[in-house]
Amino acid sequence: MGSPTENQDVAGLHKTPTGIEGFDLITGGGLPRNRTTLLLGGPGSGKTVFALQTLVNGARQFGEPGIFVAFEENSRQILINAASFGWNLPELEKKQLLFVDAKMRPDVIKAGEFDLSGMLAGIKAEADARGARRIVFDAIDVLLTLLDDRSAERREIYRLDDWLSESGLTGIITAKSQGDDPFVGEGYGFMQFMADCVVALKLRVVDQIALRYVQVMKYRGSSFAENEAPLVIGASGMEVADISATTVAPETSQARVSSGVERLDAMLGSGYFRGSSVLITGSAGTGKSILAGAFAEAACLRKEHTLYVSFDENPSEVVRDLSSVGIRLGPHVKSGVLRMHSARAEASSAEVHLMKIKGIVREHQSRCMVVDPLSAIVKAGGALTAGRVAERLICLAKSEGITLVCTSLLQGAQPLSEETPVQISTIADTWVHLTKISQAGERNRALSIVKSRGMKHSNQVRELILSDQGIALADVYTAGGDVLMGTARWQKEAAEQAEQERILAEVEHKRREVALARVELGARIEALEQELKQKQAEAERSIGAEARRKLDLAKRRKELEHSPSAKIFKKRPDNSQGAGKKTTPGRRSPKGDGQ
Amino acid sequence: MIPFGNEQPRRPEEKGPFVFRLYVVDEGPSSARAMANLSAICKNHLPDNHQIEIVDLLQDPRRVLSDKILATPTLIKLSPAPVRKIIGDLGEEAKVLLALGLQQRTT
Repeated sequence: MGSPTENQDVAGLHKTPTGIEGFDLITGGGLPRNRTTLLLGGPGSGKTVFALQTLVNGARQFGEPGIFVAFEENSRQILINAASFGWNLPELEKKQLLFVDAKMRPDVIKAGEFDLSGMLAGIKAEADARGARRIVFDAIDVLLTLLDDRSAERREIYRLDDWLSESGLTGIITAKSQGDDPFVGEGYGFMQFMADCVVALKLRVVDQIALRYVQVMKYRGSSFAENEAPLVIGASGMEVADISATTVAPETSQARVSSGVERLDAMLGSGYFRGSSVLITGSAGTGKSILAGAFAEAACLRKEHTLYVSFDENPSEVVRDLSSVGIRLGPHVKSGVLRMHSARAEASSAEVHLMKIKGIVREHQSRCMVVDPLSAIVKAGGALTAGRVAERLICLAKSEGITLVCTSLLQGAQPLSEETPVQISTIADTWVHLTKISQAGERNRALSIVKSRGMKHSNQVRELILSDQGIALADVYTAGGDVLMGTARWQKEAAEQAEQERILAEVEHKRREVALARVELGARIEALEQELKQKQAEAERSIGAEARRKLDLAKRRKELEHSPSAKIFKKRPDNSQGAGKKTTPGRRSPKGDGQ
Repeated sequence: MIPFGNEQPRRPEEKGPFVFRLYVVDEGPSSARAMANLSAICKNHLPDNHQIEIVDLLQDPRRVLSDKILATPTLIKLSPAPVRKIIGDLGEEAKVLLALGLQQRTT
């Protein structure tokens, strides 16, 4: 496969840009200059739009006047059909764009052979006079049917080709093919051989949704992207979604933005990375939208322009539903900070949705975006397409530096399976998964972070609790291998609380007992001390009395010794000492110095 | 309904002269055939009652768009009314006569 980069062509091949976004990328610059491009496609595949847009862009962007030769439609009809694209055709028609009505009127009679030489001579004169650089022959098949003869068809096609290569114009010839495969039927084989470039436009209906593709089938002398690329016809014309050529070169940021839930921010370190893409998955009713809504509200409170894309829900419903959990978006919608975009997923193809979102993002200059749910896009025409669109939506957000939060519904009866229907989990930077855990007769929401690139994040499951106060995350308990949530968690919490209270009470009780004991013992100590003091005092008193008595005795003895009668008692002094006296207990020493 | 070439048709003069304009590309083989076929028809069916203007689109290419000529050769019967446009080399004579309103007159 050729890579669609420029300057890979063989020498001398110049290209004419179509100005159709994406197409010039897959062809490495556009259509072959001054040569013929054959544009094949079934009815309604967008041939006329492609051809006309190439002319309009040539005239408006590249200063190349053009001529549109219409074999099938009246040029007035074409103008009316293209009016909605805002190309301002009537103005262009004055100078840069010429419409040639080459529709054969029904009252014209064909009688014999004819050819196109006269018309081509006329157009050549006109092209020269106007300095035209591009020309379209739209619906050549209608003309060929008129010729009614294979050899004549061939002859005229070759005449046209010769004329184109001589004229120096870049030519597009469109022709109807039958069905999806341009090689089937009609026998345009020789045309494909003749043309330097063959582009096929395809229209498929998958699940009632129209999907368009463009495929370059041949490009003489040039490399090109061979794969089918999705094509969208939107409000301002056609656009090719160039998958292979999408280059992701966003500025990586270390800045963080809040998820809108404090605890989740903490789990992630400090929120999502700015410009990253976050995927929130979960089955119905797990709270995906609420988590996304919290992010939107936080962004709005920071005054960042935010786009909220909701599929299958009206903006007013979204605002109302989120207000029930304390997320108030209404004022932000009013102030214009928040832009709500609602779309019915089935209404158009995923490509068309993407194109609209792209348009709004650029116009609104959104810094944050919520897509809820991204999985709705699956309904818009097949999982494969949806996957690619989802991928490109993320690429778009990245390249514009938008922080994107998208939700994805998990289908089926396996709530614990963590496979996203749209395989975007690999390109999302952060993946938050919500589950409902059924236990003990109730279902509770659990949040876990499956992955988060480039940041430390908690590996623990948290319970997501919604209330009219907002969102909160709670720790969960594990008991015997089971995660306890909801009432069970509450019971566990209550039990733990009670246990703690019981322990506290016990401690308090003990403390009181000790205090009481201390008081009691203190009182006893005091009483004993009192008693002791009393006894001491008593003892002192008795010792004092004894001492006084002894002193007194000694004194009286002296007095007696000095008195004249003293000689009388001098004969038996020892006996007189203890007789008739109250004495201290016997163990006391006679000197009485024990106390 | 069978035309008899030498039989005198009913007088077309009743309707005035037939005015033709034939757009050709000089040197184109089908153009040459158309001129030959037209003059034969006129000679056989409208003797002395026709005018033919030949427009060579190579000489006057702007007339392609102004006169809305898609195919060459193209024959336009300008009068008598209604105006008729016939494309091709006029080789299918029966169709041409029918278109010019000459067929019915010959019977």
